[in-house]
This record gives sequence, C-alpha cells and structure tokens, in this order.
Amino acid sequence: MNYSVATPEIFLLAATCGLLLLDLFLEKSNRFVTYVMAQVVLISTILLIVTRLSEPNSEAFNGMFVADQMASLLKISVLVIIMGVFVYSRDYLGKRSMFKGEFYTLGLFATLGMLIMISANTMLVIYLGLELMSLALYALVAFRRDDGRASEAAMKYFVLGAIASGLLLYGMSILYGLSGSIDLHGVATYVANENVMQNVVLLFGLTFIIAGLGFKFGAVPFHMWVPDVYQGAPTAVTMLIGTAPKLAVFAITIRLLVEGMEFGAAGWQQMLILLAVLSLIVGNIVAIAQTNIKRMLAYSTISHMGFILMGILSANEQGYSAAMFYAITYAITSLGGFAIIILLSREGFEAEELTDLKGLNDRHPWYAFMMLLFMFAMAGIPPLVGFYAKLAVLQAVLEANLLWLAIVAVVMSVIGAFYYLRAVKYMYFDKAKDEAPLEAHLGFTSLLSINGLLMLALGIFPGLLMGVCVEAVRMSLAT
Amino acid sequence: MGFEQIIFYLLSAVLLASAVSMVTVRNPVYAALFLILAFFNSAALWVMLEAEFLGVVLILVYVGAVMVLFLFVIMMLDINIDVMREGFIKYLPVGLLVAVVVAAEMVMVLTNKSLHIPKPTPQPADYNNTEVLGEQLYTYYVYPFEIAAVILLVAIIAAITLTHRKRPPSTKSQNPSDQVKVKSTDRVRIVKMKSESTGGD
Repeated sequence: MNYSVATPEIFLLAATCGLLLLDLFLEKSNRFVTYVMAQVVLISTILLIVTRLSEPNSEAFNGMFVADQMASLLKISVLVIIMGVFVYSRDYLGKRSMFKGEFYTLGLFATLGMLIMISANTMLVIYLGLELMSLALYALVAFRRDDGRASEAAMKYFVLGAIASGLLLYGMSILYGLSGSIDLHGVATYVANENVMQNVVLLFGLTFIIAGLGFKFGAVPFHMWVPDVYQGAPTAVTMLIGTAPKLAVFAITIRLLVEGMEFGAAGWQQMLILLAVLSLIVGNIVAIAQTNIKRMLAYSTISHMGFILMGILSANEQGYSAAMFYAITYAITSLGGFAIIILLSREGFEAEELTDLKGLNDRHPWYAFMMLLFMFAMAGIPPLVGFYAKLAVLQAVLEANLLWLAIVAVVMSVIGAFYYLRAVKYMYFDKAKDEAPLEAHLGFTSLLSINGLLMLALGIFPGLLMGVCVEAVRMSLAT
Repeated sequence: MGFEQIIFYLLSAVLLASAVSMVTVRNPVYAALFLILAFFNSAALWVMLEAEFLGVVLILVYVGAVMVLFLFVIMMLDINIDVMREGFIKYLPVGLLVAVVVAAEMVMVLTNKSLHIPKPTPQPADYNNTEVLGEQLYTYYVYPFEIAAVILLVAIIAAITLTHRKRPPSTKSQNPSDQVKVKSTDRVRIVKMKSESTGGD
C-alpha cells in the first residue's frame, strides 16, 4: 500500500499528538512554546505537500485517499490560513486567559479534519473528516465556557451541525443503497447509467446530500446558525470558522457532486440555483439591517457562499475553477476582516458594533486603509480581488446559459456594496468615539499589511492564482 | 409471510414504539429504560441480519456500559422536566407538519421500485462474522478506522477542556502517593525518657 501519498496528514496527526503531550509538561509561562511549535508543525506540513506537488494524481488506502492538484492547492491554502489565524489570535487569546494549549491542539485537529475532507475519495471518509473538523470546532466555540453567549452559540452549532451531518449521512446511505458502493468512482459509474430526472430515489438521496452540504456552507435556507455562531463565538474562533472550513466544504462538494455525480448535474444544478439565489438575496439584504459587525460579516459570508455555489452550479470546468478561486480569495479577505475586529478589541473590551469602526482613519490611517481594502474586496470593487472573483464566476454562469442568474447576482452585489461602503464611511468620515490606542505586535501588523496588499496584488494580477486553479481543476477531473 | 418476517415486524414494531415513547415520556428514567429496550430490539434485528458480533457489541457497550452511566447521571441530576418542555406545544404544529410531509415523501420514494436490493444469500453455519469484520476493519478500512480513532481522541480533549476546572485552594483533599509513601516514623514519634515513677512506698 502506498502510504507515502498521505505523508502530510500522517505527519500532522503525529505532530499534533506530540504537541498535545509536550503542552502537558510546559509551565503556564512557557505557553508561547506551544504556539511556536504549532506554527512549525503547520509550516512543515506545507513543505511536505510542496515536495509532492509535481507528482501525478495518486490514490492510497484502497482508493479512499486521493492526492491530486486540487487537493494540494486547497490544502496549502487551508494551512496558510490557519497559520494566519494563529498569528492574529495570539494576543487576543492571551488577554482573555484563553491562551491555552488546547486551543492549538483542537485547532490542529480541525485542520487535520479539513485535509482529510479535501483528500477524501469515498463517502465514508468525507463523513469522518467532516465530523473530525466539526467536533473540534464545536469545542472551540465553547472554549470560553463561562461566557453564556459562547455556550449558547456552541449549543446551536452543535445541534444544527449534528442534524446536518445526519442529513448528509442519510443521503449517502441512499446513494450506497442504489449504487452498492461507498466509493465515489462506484457512485459515478452508477449515476452515469441512470437518468437522474427519472430516478426518484436518486433525486431523493441527492436532496439530502445537498441539504447537508447547504448547512455546512451556511447557504439559505440552511443558514440559521451562521449569524448566531459568528456573534457568540470568541472572535478568534469566528475567524477560524469563517475562513478555512469553507475551503474544505467546497472540496467535498466538488468531490460528491462533480466527481461522484457529474452525470447527475441536471438534478443538482436546479437545487443549487435555488440555494444560490436565496443566499444572495437574504445575505445581502439582511446584512444591511445589522448593527453588529460580526453579524454583518456573517450575512456577508452567506451571500459569498451564494457566489461560490453559482460557480459550482455552472457545471463546467470554468465554473469549478472560478468557484475555487472565489473560495480561496474570500477566505483570505475574510481573514483580514476579522483581524481588524480583533485589533479593535482590547482587554475588557470587545469590538462588536459597526460604530466601533468610527474614526479609525484618525486613530490609525494604515489599519483603516487595510480595512478599506478588505471591505472593497468583499464588495467587489476593482482593482481589488473580489471584483475579479465575481467576474470569473459570472462568466462561468453565462457560459452555462443562465443569464437571469447572473443579473440577480449583479443586482444583489450592488445592494450588498451598501453595507461595505457604510463601514468605510464610518472609518473615514465620522469622528472617533473611542480614542484608545490600537496595539498589536510586529507579527500581527506585518501579516495584516501583507494580507491587505495581497488583496490588491491578486486583484491586479489574478491570472497567476486563476491559472493554478484552472490547472488544478482540469488535472483533477481528468482522471 | 414466513416466520422470519413475523419476527422482523414484531421486533421493528417494538423498536419504533419504544423509540417514540423514549422521546415523549415524562419521566427521564423511563426514557432511558425505553432507550435500552430500543437497543435490545435493534440488536436482535442485527442478529437476524447475521451480524451477530454487532448485536452482541451493541448490548455489551450501549446497554451494559453507556446506558448504565446515563441512568446514574439522570438519577443524580435534578432535571425539571416542565421547564424542558416549555414551548413543546407551541412548536408542535409546525414540527408535526414538517414531520408528516417528510415522512409522506419518504414513503412515496422508498416504496419505489428502483430501490431494489437483491436478497443476500445466507452464509454457512460456520461462517465467522467477528473474524471477517475484524479483518476488514484492520486491513481494507484501516484509513477510516484510524480517523474514527482520532475523532474519539478529539472528543476526549474537548470534554476535558470544557469541563475540567482547577479545584479552589480551600478544598481539602488527600494525596494518595504521599499516603502510600508515609513511614511509621512520620506518624508516631517515640520519645525516650527516664521513667518518672519513683517506685512505691
């Protein structure tokens, strides 16, 4: 058996277990070592993936694990984003007595779950990876256990997440009952010989799978948990939930719907259109009414998930790569947005309200400029990356002859631009009500600057990342 | 209808009835006992499917260990069932409506002909269920099996993180290792001294 294909995952698991033990023997004052070791583990995992980049698609563990270009690209993105989350959240955790080893071990286990999801090649492994990631995330949301709101958010997240997993599993069991295989290749062979619109049972299973995935994406009408969890969780954890897991969910959606049921596209395309349109409408319109910045970003996430779904439902390679580009760049943008919220918080004060942004330009022009970049990138204003990401998705949608859908998306994006611009207006044209100095360590500021300038760089030169995405999708779907 | 089918429907009926009772009954101890009944019936169903090992494990692990712990916890906690049931009536119509619609759709779909799974042939009497299961689990399915192990590890870490609290310093407790290491000389001090008795007259 070819274990070496899975070296990055095996290393991450072993190193995380090692870190768990190491942390036990550290004094409280030496907790910094855990943080540094966690970053070293992440970097080493990235390097292990990079060394395998040039190798062709390969499978391991009896075809349950697949390493292809798409997996490598998404895995590297996930690991880099998790590193960013750890850098941004260090001081935040320290000031709230949450700077504990468990934050890093649970975070790394969640990362392992994401990597497993990305490389999954059977429904069983998809489900197990999803559970591994979710379980660690539930615990992280409840990490500040004396905070009533965090516990409430964790409870909601747990109950709804468990229902979503149940729906997904039920859909998978129906697919297994039909095709007699939990392997995605087996499912693909079965679906290829069926007419999906005539086969009621297949459609029935597909419905449950889409509902489960919709929950995990946070797409309307399965979005109820998103605002509450974003608001209730400690901001550091919200940052973790709102970025990397979206990439992992994107990966399992591609694996299940495209690799497993590409010939059933006629079936899932219509369901995804419904989810995408509703997400765009509800996400953008309800976000306008929010005064809490974390809730606003939650609804903004919902609308962005609508865009990612639009790319997938185009059911062509252009659409998949556009959706992948969108997912990666959105995760990076969102990382920066939450970093600014963390920056505005300090000991004994949580930046929650939109009005906390007031006068940020007077307090610190550079941070305000960075937030401007993130907001404009989310709104899709050229020359920032969000514009190109939206453009690529819209092109793919037009390619699939869904002109009306593209029009809805554009109209909704224009409506959505309002609340991003309102945040910018607060920063630049309003007087600050809070004059406390903004403090951050050097790592935080430099990463934030890189993160913000990346918005600009990717927006001006999108071809590089887009080329990689196109190549990855083409190579992965070729087999 | 053969004898096997009669047994199957009997067990399934008891299983469903006990599952419904478990959710609706007022007393949490009864609910736990109904859950045990449901486990016994599903174990019997597994045995009917020739999955003897799974049936035995279900009873040993769930009934024997998990549910006993559950009962302990329920009896130790003072659960106010009326507070838990607040809003039950209020949400009942919506919940019932959704449940009926979903159930009706499921019946319509699952009675469909295309879900036609051929009847498996029975294994010979000396077929070893446990051995086959173990072999599959540790060879072919080793990857999912290992992931499941990691999930359990995460569950342990999460449970400890969320519930473990440092004891307040005022708590008085024994340290067993100190107790074991103690020597008689630490406890009893023998003082040598001259006899003070001056003898009798």
